[in-house]
Amino acid sequence: MKAEDAVVISGIGTSAIGRRLRRDPLVLTVDAALAAIADAGLTPDDIDGVSTYPGALWSTPGITGAGVDDVRALLGLRLRWHAGGGELAGQLGSIVNAVLAVAGGLADHVLCFRTVWESTAQLDAGNRSTVLAASKRESHQWNVPYGAGYPTFGALALQRYLHDSGATREQLAQIAVVTRANAAGNPQAVYRDPMTVDDYLGARMISDPLCIYDCDVPVDGSVAVVVSRAASAAVDATTAVRIEAMSSASGWEPCAEMLWSRSRLEPADVDVAEIYDGFSIYAIHWLEALGLCPRHETGPFVEGGKRIALDGELPISTGGGQLSAGRLHGYGALLEACVQLRELGGDRQVLPRPEVAVVTSGAETFTSCLLLTR
Amino acid sequence: MIGTGRPEPVVTERSAAFWTGGAQGELRIARCQHCGWYAHPPLPVCPRCRRMEIRAEPVSGMGTVWSSTVNRYRFNPSIEPPYVVALVELVEQPGLRLLTNVVGCDPDDVRIGMPVHVVFERAGDAFVPVFTP
Repeated sequence: MKAEDAVVISGIGTSAIGRRLRRDPLVLTVDAALAAIADAGLTPDDIDGVSTYPGALWSTPGITGAGVDDVRALLGLRLRWHAGGGELAGQLGSIVNAVLAVAGGLADHVLCFRTVWESTAQLDAGNRSTVLAASKRESHQWNVPYGAGYPTFGALALQRYLHDSGATREQLAQIAVVTRANAAGNPQAVYRDPMTVDDYLGARMISDPLCIYDCDVPVDGSVAVVVSRAASAAVDATTAVRIEAMSSASGWEPCAEMLWSRSRLEPADVDVAEIYDGFSIYAIHWLEALGLCPRHETGPFVEGGKRIALDGELPISTGGGQLSAGRLHGYGALLEACVQLRELGGDRQVLPRPEVAVVTSGAETFTSCLLLTR
Repeated sequence: MIGTGRPEPVVTERSAAFWTGGAQGELRIARCQHCGWYAHPPLPVCPRCRRMEIRAEPVSGMGTVWSSTVNRYRFNPSIEPPYVVALVELVEQPGLRLLTNVVGCDPDDVRIGMPVHVVFERAGDAFVPVFTP
Protein backbone atom coordinates (compact mmCIF):
# COMPACT_ATOMS: atom_id res chain seq x y z
CA MET A 1 0.00 0.00 0.00
CA LYS A 2 1.30 3.42 -0.83
CA ALA A 3 1.15 6.35 1.60
CA GLU A 4 -1.50 8.13 -0.47
CA ASP A 5 -4.00 5.29 0.12
CA ALA A 6 -3.97 5.91 3.89
CA VAL A 7 -5.29 9.47 3.65
CA VAL A 8 -8.00 11.71 2.27
CA ILE A 9 -8.46 15.46 2.03
CA SER A 10 -11.36 15.74 4.47
CA GLY A 11 -11.91 19.48 4.46
CA ILE A 12 -11.16 22.68 2.57
CA GLY A 13 -11.47 26.33 3.54
CA THR A 14 -10.41 29.86 2.71
CA SER A 15 -10.28 33.28 4.26
CA ALA A 16 -11.41 36.33 2.36
CA ILE A 17 -9.21 36.63 -0.74
CA GLY A 18 -8.50 39.92 -2.45
CA ARG A 19 -6.34 42.92 -3.18
CA ARG A 20 -5.25 45.25 -0.38
CA LEU A 21 -7.41 43.64 2.30
CA ARG A 22 -5.27 45.22 5.05
CA ARG A 23 -6.14 42.35 7.37
CA ASP A 24 -3.79 40.70 9.84
CA PRO A 25 -2.37 37.62 8.08
CA LEU A 26 -2.80 35.64 11.30
CA VAL A 27 -6.53 36.39 11.12
CA LEU A 28 -6.63 35.31 7.47
CA THR A 29 -4.91 32.09 8.48
CA VAL A 30 -7.32 31.36 11.33
CA ASP A 31 -10.32 32.12 9.10
CA ALA A 32 -9.16 29.55 6.53
CA ALA A 33 -8.13 27.00 9.16
CA LEU A 34 -11.45 27.09 11.02
CA ALA A 35 -13.36 26.86 7.74
CA ALA A 36 -11.39 23.80 6.65
CA ILE A 37 -11.69 22.10 10.05
CA ALA A 38 -15.46 22.69 10.10
CA ASP A 39 -15.78 21.47 6.51
CA ALA A 40 -14.05 18.26 7.57
CA GLY A 41 -16.62 17.80 10.35
CA LEU A 42 -13.90 18.21 12.95
CA THR A 43 -13.06 20.65 15.73
CA PRO A 44 -9.64 22.16 16.51
CA ASP A 45 -9.34 19.55 19.28
CA ASP A 46 -9.16 16.85 16.59
CA ILE A 47 -6.20 18.46 14.81
CA ASP A 48 -2.93 16.82 15.86
CA GLY A 49 -0.70 17.93 12.99
CA VAL A 50 0.11 21.16 11.13
CA SER A 51 1.97 21.50 7.84
CA THR A 52 2.75 24.62 5.84
CA TYR A 53 4.97 26.29 3.27
CA PRO A 54 7.07 28.31 3.96
CA GLY A 55 5.98 29.11 7.51
CA ALA A 56 7.61 31.75 9.67
CA LEU A 57 10.33 32.52 7.19
CA TRP A 58 10.89 35.93 5.67
CA SER A 59 11.85 36.27 2.04
CA THR A 60 9.85 38.91 0.16
CA PRO A 61 7.12 41.07 1.71
CA GLY A 62 3.87 39.26 2.39
CA ILE A 63 4.97 35.94 0.89
CA THR A 64 4.15 34.23 4.17
CA GLY A 65 1.59 35.10 6.80
CA ALA A 66 1.88 32.61 9.65
CA GLY A 67 4.12 29.90 11.01
CA VAL A 68 3.23 26.49 12.39
CA ASP A 69 3.71 27.66 15.94
CA ASP A 70 1.52 30.72 15.39
CA VAL A 71 -1.32 28.43 14.39
CA ARG A 72 -0.69 26.07 17.29
CA ALA A 73 -0.91 28.97 19.72
CA LEU A 74 -3.86 30.74 18.06
CA LEU A 75 -6.05 27.63 17.90
CA GLY A 76 -4.77 25.99 21.09
CA LEU A 77 -3.78 22.86 19.18
CA ARG A 78 -2.19 19.82 20.80
CA LEU A 79 0.25 18.74 18.11
CA ARG A 80 1.89 15.35 17.73
CA TRP A 81 3.59 16.36 14.48
CA HIS A 82 4.28 19.59 12.64
CA ALA A 83 6.49 20.89 9.86
CA GLY A 84 6.95 24.05 7.85
CA GLY A 85 9.72 25.47 5.75
CA GLY A 86 10.86 26.94 2.51
CA GLU A 87 12.92 24.05 1.23
CA LEU A 88 10.06 21.68 0.48
CA ALA A 89 9.19 19.99 -2.79
CA GLY A 90 7.30 23.01 -4.08
CA GLN A 91 4.39 24.55 -2.24
CA LEU A 92 2.49 21.25 -2.33
CA GLY A 93 5.45 19.65 -0.59
CA SER A 94 3.56 20.67 2.55
CA ILE A 95 0.78 18.24 1.49
CA VAL A 96 3.32 15.53 0.70
CA ASN A 97 4.72 15.96 4.22
CA ALA A 98 1.25 15.73 5.76
CA VAL A 99 0.45 12.55 3.83
CA LEU A 100 3.67 10.96 5.04
CA ALA A 101 2.98 12.00 8.63
CA VAL A 102 -0.49 10.44 8.62
CA ALA A 103 0.61 7.32 6.75
CA GLY A 104 3.53 6.97 9.14
CA GLY A 105 1.25 7.11 12.16
CA LEU A 106 2.51 10.40 13.54
CA ALA A 107 -0.81 12.22 13.20
CA ASP A 108 -4.47 11.60 12.29
CA HIS A 109 -5.69 15.02 11.12
CA VAL A 110 -3.15 17.45 9.71
CA LEU A 111 -4.12 21.06 9.09
CA CYS A 112 -2.24 22.26 5.98
CA PHE A 113 -2.25 25.93 5.07
CA ARG A 114 -0.71 28.63 2.90
CA THR A 115 -1.16 32.32 3.73
CA VAL A 116 -0.07 35.24 1.55
CA TRP A 117 -0.59 38.97 2.07
CA GLU A 118 1.65 40.33 -0.67
CA SER A 119 -0.91 42.82 -1.93
CA THR A 120 -1.09 44.65 1.40
CA ALA A 121 2.60 44.20 2.23
CA GLN A 122 3.63 45.76 -1.07
CA LEU A 123 1.88 49.00 -0.14
CA ASP A 124 4.77 49.71 2.20
CA ALA A 125 7.67 47.57 1.12
CA GLY A 126 7.47 47.65 -2.66
CA ASN A 127 6.96 44.65 -4.93
CA ARG A 128 9.07 41.51 -5.10
CA SER A 129 11.26 42.85 -7.87
CA THR A 130 12.11 46.10 -6.12
CA VAL A 131 13.04 44.08 -3.07
CA LEU A 132 15.27 41.93 -5.26
CA ALA A 133 16.81 45.05 -6.76
CA ALA A 134 17.73 46.36 -3.31
CA SER A 135 19.05 43.01 -2.11
CA LYS A 136 22.64 42.59 -0.98
CA ARG A 137 22.29 38.80 -0.80
CA GLU A 138 25.19 37.17 -2.55
CA SER A 139 22.98 34.90 -4.66
CA HIS A 140 21.11 37.94 -6.01
CA GLN A 141 24.30 39.64 -7.09
CA TRP A 142 24.43 37.65 -10.31
CA ASN A 143 21.09 39.26 -11.29
CA VAL A 144 20.92 42.70 -9.66
CA PRO A 145 23.71 44.45 -11.61
CA TYR A 146 21.94 43.47 -14.83
CA GLY A 147 18.57 44.94 -13.85
CA ALA A 148 16.84 41.55 -13.79
CA GLY A 149 13.55 41.21 -11.89
CA TYR A 150 11.53 38.07 -11.20
CA PRO A 151 9.54 38.44 -14.46
CA THR A 152 12.83 38.60 -16.39
CA PHE A 153 13.21 34.87 -15.86
CA GLY A 154 9.66 34.16 -17.01
CA ALA A 155 10.33 36.33 -20.06
CA LEU A 156 13.57 34.54 -20.94
CA ALA A 157 11.83 31.16 -20.62
CA LEU A 158 8.88 32.29 -22.74
CA GLN A 159 11.12 33.82 -25.41
CA ARG A 160 13.07 30.57 -25.70
CA TYR A 161 9.83 28.56 -25.81
CA LEU A 162 8.48 30.69 -28.68
CA HIS A 163 11.76 30.09 -30.52
CA ASP A 164 11.93 26.33 -29.91
CA SER A 165 8.25 25.56 -30.50
CA GLY A 166 7.22 28.00 -33.20
CA ALA A 167 4.18 28.89 -31.09
CA THR A 168 2.84 32.43 -31.39
CA ARG A 169 1.79 34.86 -28.67
CA GLU A 170 -1.64 34.92 -30.26
CA GLN A 171 -2.00 31.16 -29.73
CA LEU A 172 -0.64 31.21 -26.18
CA ALA A 173 -2.83 34.21 -25.26
CA GLN A 174 -5.60 31.66 -24.71
CA ILE A 175 -4.04 30.57 -21.43
CA ALA A 176 -4.68 34.03 -19.96
CA VAL A 177 -7.95 34.56 -21.84
CA VAL A 178 -9.57 31.23 -20.90
CA THR A 179 -8.33 31.49 -17.35
CA ARG A 180 -9.97 34.92 -17.08
CA ALA A 181 -13.22 33.55 -18.46
CA ASN A 182 -13.13 30.86 -15.76
CA ALA A 183 -12.51 33.48 -13.08
CA ALA A 184 -15.85 35.08 -13.96
CA GLY A 185 -17.54 32.09 -12.33
CA ASN A 186 -15.42 32.27 -9.16
CA PRO A 187 -16.71 34.84 -6.64
CA GLN A 188 -13.33 34.80 -4.86
CA ALA A 189 -11.28 35.59 -7.99
CA VAL A 190 -9.73 39.09 -8.05
CA TYR A 191 -9.97 39.78 -11.81
CA ARG A 192 -13.28 38.67 -13.32
CA ASP A 193 -13.89 41.03 -16.24
CA PRO A 194 -13.77 39.32 -19.63
CA MET A 195 -10.54 39.56 -21.64
CA THR A 196 -10.04 39.03 -25.37
CA VAL A 197 -7.02 37.95 -27.38
CA ASP A 198 -6.79 41.55 -28.61
CA ASP A 199 -6.74 42.78 -25.01
CA TYR A 200 -3.85 40.38 -24.38
CA LEU A 201 -1.91 41.38 -27.48
CA GLY A 202 -2.40 45.08 -26.67
CA ALA A 203 -1.47 44.74 -23.00
CA ARG A 204 1.44 46.48 -21.33
CA MET A 205 4.73 44.66 -21.82
CA ILE A 206 6.65 43.91 -18.66
CA SER A 207 9.61 42.22 -20.27
CA ASP A 208 9.20 41.17 -23.93
CA PRO A 209 7.50 38.82 -24.75
CA LEU A 210 5.99 38.65 -21.25
CA CYS A 211 3.03 41.01 -20.81
CA ILE A 212 1.12 41.95 -17.69
CA TYR A 213 -1.44 39.18 -18.33
CA ASP A 214 1.31 36.54 -18.32
CA CYS A 215 2.09 37.43 -14.69
CA ASP A 216 0.07 36.26 -11.71
CA VAL A 217 -1.52 38.74 -9.32
CA PRO A 218 -0.30 39.33 -5.76
CA VAL A 219 -3.19 39.01 -3.33
CA ASP A 220 -4.01 38.60 0.34
CA GLY A 221 -5.60 35.36 1.43
CA SER A 222 -5.24 32.02 3.10
CA VAL A 223 -6.21 28.53 1.98
CA ALA A 224 -6.34 25.52 4.30
CA VAL A 225 -7.07 21.84 3.84
CA VAL A 226 -7.21 18.97 6.29
CA VAL A 227 -5.37 15.75 5.46
CA SER A 228 -7.00 12.98 7.50
CA ARG A 229 -6.49 9.30 8.08
CA ALA A 230 -8.90 7.68 5.62
CA ALA A 231 -9.97 5.09 8.18
CA SER A 232 -10.92 7.74 10.75
CA ALA A 233 -14.52 7.44 11.91
CA ALA A 234 -14.84 11.22 11.64
CA VAL A 235 -14.27 11.30 7.88
CA ASP A 236 -17.29 11.70 5.61
CA ALA A 237 -16.46 9.45 2.67
CA THR A 238 -19.04 11.17 0.46
CA THR A 239 -17.18 14.48 0.46
CA ALA A 240 -13.59 13.29 0.99
CA VAL A 241 -11.13 13.76 -1.86
CA ARG A 242 -8.68 10.92 -2.44
CA ILE A 243 -5.02 11.41 -3.23
CA GLU A 244 -4.37 8.95 -6.02
CA ALA A 245 -0.70 9.88 -6.32
CA MET A 246 1.76 12.51 -5.18
CA SER A 247 5.17 13.54 -6.44
CA SER A 248 8.02 15.37 -4.81
CA ALA A 249 10.67 15.02 -7.51
CA SER A 250 12.76 18.05 -8.41
CA GLY A 251 12.15 19.44 -11.89
CA TRP A 252 9.12 19.59 -14.18
CA GLU A 253 9.70 16.34 -16.08
CA PRO A 254 11.00 14.23 -13.16
CA CYS A 255 8.11 15.45 -11.02
CA ALA A 256 5.53 14.46 -13.63
CA GLU A 257 7.26 11.13 -14.25
CA MET A 258 7.21 10.28 -10.55
CA LEU A 259 3.51 11.16 -10.34
CA TRP A 260 2.54 8.77 -13.14
CA SER A 261 4.81 6.07 -11.72
CA ARG A 262 2.67 6.01 -8.57
CA SER A 263 -0.65 5.51 -10.34
CA ARG A 264 -2.27 3.30 -12.94
CA LEU A 265 -4.04 6.37 -14.29
CA GLU A 266 -2.66 8.07 -17.38
CA PRO A 267 -2.64 11.62 -18.75
CA ALA A 268 -5.72 10.81 -20.84
CA ASP A 269 -7.66 10.11 -17.62
CA VAL A 270 -7.29 13.70 -16.35
CA ASP A 271 -10.59 15.60 -16.34
CA VAL A 272 -9.32 18.95 -15.03
CA ALA A 273 -5.79 20.36 -14.77
CA GLU A 274 -5.12 22.91 -12.05
CA ILE A 275 -1.62 23.79 -13.15
CA TYR A 276 0.72 26.26 -11.54
CA ASP A 277 0.67 29.53 -13.47
CA GLY A 278 2.92 31.96 -11.62
CA PHE A 279 3.83 32.98 -15.16
CA SER A 280 1.89 31.61 -18.12
CA ILE A 281 5.06 29.90 -19.35
CA TYR A 282 5.05 27.77 -16.20
CA ALA A 283 1.59 26.47 -17.12
CA ILE A 284 2.97 25.54 -20.54
CA HIS A 285 5.90 23.66 -19.01
CA TRP A 286 3.56 21.75 -16.69
CA LEU A 287 1.10 20.83 -19.46
CA GLU A 288 3.93 19.37 -21.52
CA ALA A 289 5.81 17.73 -18.64
CA LEU A 290 2.66 15.93 -17.51
CA GLY A 291 2.06 14.63 -21.02
CA LEU A 292 -1.27 16.46 -21.22
CA CYS A 293 0.01 18.08 -24.40
CA PRO A 294 2.92 16.91 -26.59
CA ARG A 295 6.25 18.71 -26.15
CA HIS A 296 6.39 22.08 -27.95
CA GLU A 297 2.76 21.75 -29.10
CA THR A 298 0.98 23.88 -26.52
CA GLY A 299 0.51 26.64 -29.12
CA PRO A 300 -1.72 24.63 -31.46
CA PHE A 301 -3.19 22.75 -28.45
CA VAL A 302 -4.60 25.89 -26.82
CA GLU A 303 -5.27 27.84 -30.03
CA GLY A 304 -8.81 29.22 -30.09
CA GLY A 305 -9.24 28.25 -26.44
CA LYS A 306 -11.97 25.65 -26.87
CA ARG A 307 -9.90 22.65 -25.82
CA ILE A 308 -8.91 24.15 -22.43
CA ALA A 309 -12.23 25.88 -21.65
CA LEU A 310 -14.62 24.64 -18.94
CA ASP A 311 -16.53 22.59 -21.52
CA GLY A 312 -13.43 21.50 -23.42
CA GLU A 313 -11.54 18.22 -23.39
CA LEU A 314 -9.01 19.48 -20.82
CA PRO A 315 -10.23 22.40 -18.70
CA ILE A 316 -7.33 24.23 -17.02
CA SER A 317 -7.24 26.66 -14.08
CA THR A 318 -11.00 26.38 -13.71
CA GLY A 319 -11.21 28.93 -10.90
CA GLY A 320 -9.11 31.54 -12.69
CA GLY A 321 -5.66 30.29 -11.69
CA GLN A 322 -3.07 32.60 -10.22
CA LEU A 323 -3.27 34.77 -13.36
CA SER A 324 -6.82 35.94 -12.61
CA ALA A 325 -7.88 34.54 -9.22
CA GLY A 326 -4.65 35.57 -7.50
CA ARG A 327 -1.30 34.25 -6.30
CA LEU A 328 -2.37 31.82 -3.57
CA HIS A 329 0.86 30.07 -4.41
CA GLY A 330 -0.07 26.48 -5.22
CA TYR A 331 -2.88 26.23 -2.69
CA GLY A 332 -5.36 28.02 -4.96
CA ALA A 333 -4.95 25.21 -7.49
CA LEU A 334 -5.30 22.58 -4.75
CA LEU A 335 -8.47 24.22 -3.47
CA GLU A 336 -9.95 24.46 -6.95
CA ALA A 337 -9.25 20.79 -7.71
CA CYS A 338 -11.16 19.81 -4.54
CA VAL A 339 -13.99 22.21 -5.41
CA GLN A 340 -14.36 20.63 -8.85
CA LEU A 341 -14.19 17.03 -7.61
CA ARG A 342 -16.85 17.82 -4.99
CA GLU A 343 -19.04 19.66 -7.49
CA LEU A 344 -18.95 22.90 -5.50
CA GLY A 345 -17.92 25.02 -8.49
CA GLY A 346 -21.22 26.81 -9.12
CA ASP A 347 -20.98 28.84 -12.33
CA ARG A 348 -17.54 27.44 -13.08
CA GLN A 349 -18.32 23.78 -12.35
CA VAL A 350 -17.04 21.37 -14.99
CA LEU A 351 -19.80 18.95 -15.98
CA PRO A 352 -20.19 16.07 -15.78
CA ARG A 353 -18.45 16.19 -12.42
CA PRO A 354 -14.73 15.46 -12.90
CA GLU A 355 -13.35 12.23 -11.51
CA VAL A 356 -9.63 12.96 -11.84
CA ALA A 357 -7.82 16.26 -11.24
CA VAL A 358 -4.12 16.98 -11.48
CA VAL A 359 -2.63 19.78 -9.38
CA THR A 360 0.90 21.13 -9.75
CA SER A 361 2.98 23.63 -7.87
CA GLY A 362 6.25 25.43 -8.35
CA ALA A 363 8.73 25.78 -11.17
CA GLU A 364 12.24 24.83 -12.29
CA THR A 365 13.72 22.61 -9.55
CA PHE A 366 11.11 23.56 -6.92
CA THR A 367 8.23 21.28 -7.90
CA SER A 368 5.53 18.97 -6.64
CA CYS A 369 2.23 17.63 -7.95
CA LEU A 370 -0.82 15.64 -6.91
CA LEU A 371 -3.33 13.47 -8.69
CA LEU A 372 -6.70 13.71 -6.94
CA THR A 373 -9.84 11.64 -7.35
CA ARG A 374 -13.21 11.60 -5.68
CA MET B 1 22.82 51.99 -22.06
CA ILE B 2 22.41 51.02 -18.43
CA GLY B 3 25.31 53.39 -17.86
CA THR B 4 25.86 55.12 -14.55
CA GLY B 5 22.70 53.72 -12.93
CA ARG B 6 23.98 50.14 -12.90
CA PRO B 7 23.98 48.70 -9.37
CA GLU B 8 27.43 47.76 -8.14
CA PRO B 9 27.87 44.02 -7.59
CA VAL B 10 28.82 42.71 -4.18
CA VAL B 11 32.34 41.44 -4.80
CA THR B 12 33.26 38.39 -2.74
CA GLU B 13 36.29 36.13 -2.77
CA ARG B 14 34.39 33.69 -4.96
CA SER B 15 33.04 36.29 -7.39
CA ALA B 16 36.00 38.70 -7.56
CA ALA B 17 37.59 37.19 -10.67
CA PHE B 18 34.34 37.55 -12.61
CA TRP B 19 33.66 41.15 -11.58
CA THR B 20 37.23 42.47 -11.86
CA GLY B 21 38.75 40.54 -14.82
CA GLY B 22 37.56 43.31 -17.09
CA ALA B 23 40.32 45.55 -15.73
CA GLN B 24 42.64 43.40 -17.86
CA GLY B 25 40.02 43.02 -20.59
CA GLU B 26 39.42 39.41 -19.59
CA LEU B 27 36.18 37.51 -18.97
CA ARG B 28 37.13 35.02 -16.26
CA ILE B 29 35.00 31.96 -15.60
CA ALA B 30 35.43 29.38 -12.85
CA ARG B 31 36.88 26.14 -14.21
CA CYS B 32 37.64 22.78 -12.65
CA GLN B 33 41.35 22.16 -12.91
CA HIS B 34 40.79 18.41 -12.76
CA CYS B 35 38.12 17.77 -15.43
CA GLY B 36 38.05 21.12 -17.24
CA TRP B 37 34.37 21.86 -16.59
CA TYR B 38 33.30 25.52 -16.49
CA ALA B 39 30.56 26.60 -14.07
CA HIS B 40 28.83 29.96 -13.69
CA PRO B 41 28.00 31.31 -11.18
CA PRO B 42 31.23 29.96 -9.67
CA LEU B 43 30.96 27.13 -7.16
CA PRO B 44 33.56 25.90 -4.65
CA VAL B 45 33.13 22.31 -5.88
CA CYS B 46 32.99 21.03 -9.44
CA PRO B 47 29.37 19.94 -10.12
CA ARG B 48 30.62 17.32 -12.61
CA CYS B 49 33.56 15.56 -10.87
CA ARG B 50 33.08 16.95 -7.33
CA ARG B 51 36.73 17.93 -6.97
CA MET B 52 37.61 21.22 -5.34
CA GLU B 53 40.38 22.45 -7.63
CA ILE B 54 38.45 25.41 -9.04
CA ARG B 55 40.20 28.40 -10.60
CA ALA B 56 38.94 31.32 -12.63
CA GLU B 57 40.36 31.23 -16.17
CA PRO B 58 40.09 33.71 -19.03
CA VAL B 59 37.71 32.63 -21.81
CA SER B 60 37.35 33.97 -25.34
CA GLY B 61 34.42 36.24 -24.50
CA MET B 62 32.60 34.93 -27.58
CA GLY B 63 29.09 33.54 -27.36
CA THR B 64 25.57 33.46 -28.77
CA VAL B 65 22.29 34.75 -27.41
CA TRP B 66 20.38 31.75 -25.95
CA SER B 67 17.40 33.86 -24.95
CA SER B 68 16.73 37.54 -24.47
CA THR B 69 14.11 39.96 -23.23
CA VAL B 70 13.60 43.70 -23.51
CA ASN B 71 12.81 44.90 -20.00
CA ARG B 72 10.12 47.58 -20.11
CA TYR B 73 9.45 47.77 -16.40
CA ARG B 74 11.48 49.76 -13.89
CA PHE B 75 12.67 46.89 -11.73
CA ASN B 76 15.46 48.98 -10.32
CA PRO B 77 14.96 52.67 -9.54
CA SER B 78 18.39 53.53 -10.91
CA ILE B 79 18.09 51.74 -14.26
CA GLU B 80 16.10 53.42 -17.04
CA PRO B 81 14.12 50.97 -19.23
CA PRO B 82 14.11 49.68 -21.90
CA TYR B 83 17.20 47.48 -21.79
CA VAL B 84 18.06 43.94 -22.85
CA VAL B 85 18.62 41.13 -20.37
CA ALA B 86 19.89 37.98 -22.03
CA LEU B 87 21.23 34.53 -21.40
CA VAL B 88 24.41 34.29 -23.43
CA GLU B 89 25.89 30.86 -24.05
CA LEU B 90 29.67 30.95 -24.23
CA VAL B 91 31.44 29.11 -27.04
CA GLU B 92 33.65 27.23 -24.57
CA GLN B 93 31.00 24.76 -23.40
CA PRO B 94 27.41 23.81 -24.37
CA GLY B 95 24.99 25.07 -21.73
CA LEU B 96 27.51 27.48 -20.16
CA ARG B 97 25.19 30.50 -19.91
CA LEU B 98 25.57 33.89 -18.29
CA LEU B 99 22.77 36.22 -17.31
CA THR B 100 23.90 39.52 -18.78
CA ASN B 101 22.90 42.55 -20.84
CA VAL B 102 23.24 42.98 -24.58
CA VAL B 103 24.35 46.52 -25.36
CA GLY B 104 25.45 48.57 -28.36
CA CYS B 105 22.47 47.81 -30.58
CA ASP B 106 18.75 48.55 -30.82
CA PRO B 107 17.09 46.40 -28.09
CA ASP B 108 14.54 45.17 -30.61
CA ASP B 109 17.29 43.85 -32.89
CA VAL B 110 18.56 41.21 -30.44
CA ARG B 111 17.75 37.69 -31.67
CA ILE B 112 18.24 34.17 -30.32
CA GLY B 113 21.36 32.67 -31.92
CA MET B 114 22.96 36.07 -32.55
CA PRO B 115 26.77 36.02 -32.11
CA VAL B 116 27.97 38.43 -29.41
CA HIS B 117 31.21 39.22 -27.63
CA VAL B 118 32.04 40.54 -24.20
CA VAL B 119 32.64 44.18 -23.31
CA PHE B 120 32.84 45.68 -19.85
CA GLU B 121 30.87 48.44 -18.15
CA ARG B 122 32.04 50.05 -14.94
CA ALA B 123 29.93 49.93 -11.79
CA GLY B 124 31.92 51.33 -8.89
CA ASP B 125 35.11 49.31 -8.68
CA ALA B 126 33.65 46.45 -10.72
CA PHE B 127 33.92 45.75 -14.44
CA VAL B 128 30.54 44.22 -15.28
CA PRO B 129 30.72 41.80 -18.23
CA VAL B 130 28.06 42.58 -20.85
CA PHE B 131 27.83 41.56 -24.50
CA THR B 132 27.53 43.31 -27.85
CA PRO B 133 26.99 42.10 -31.43
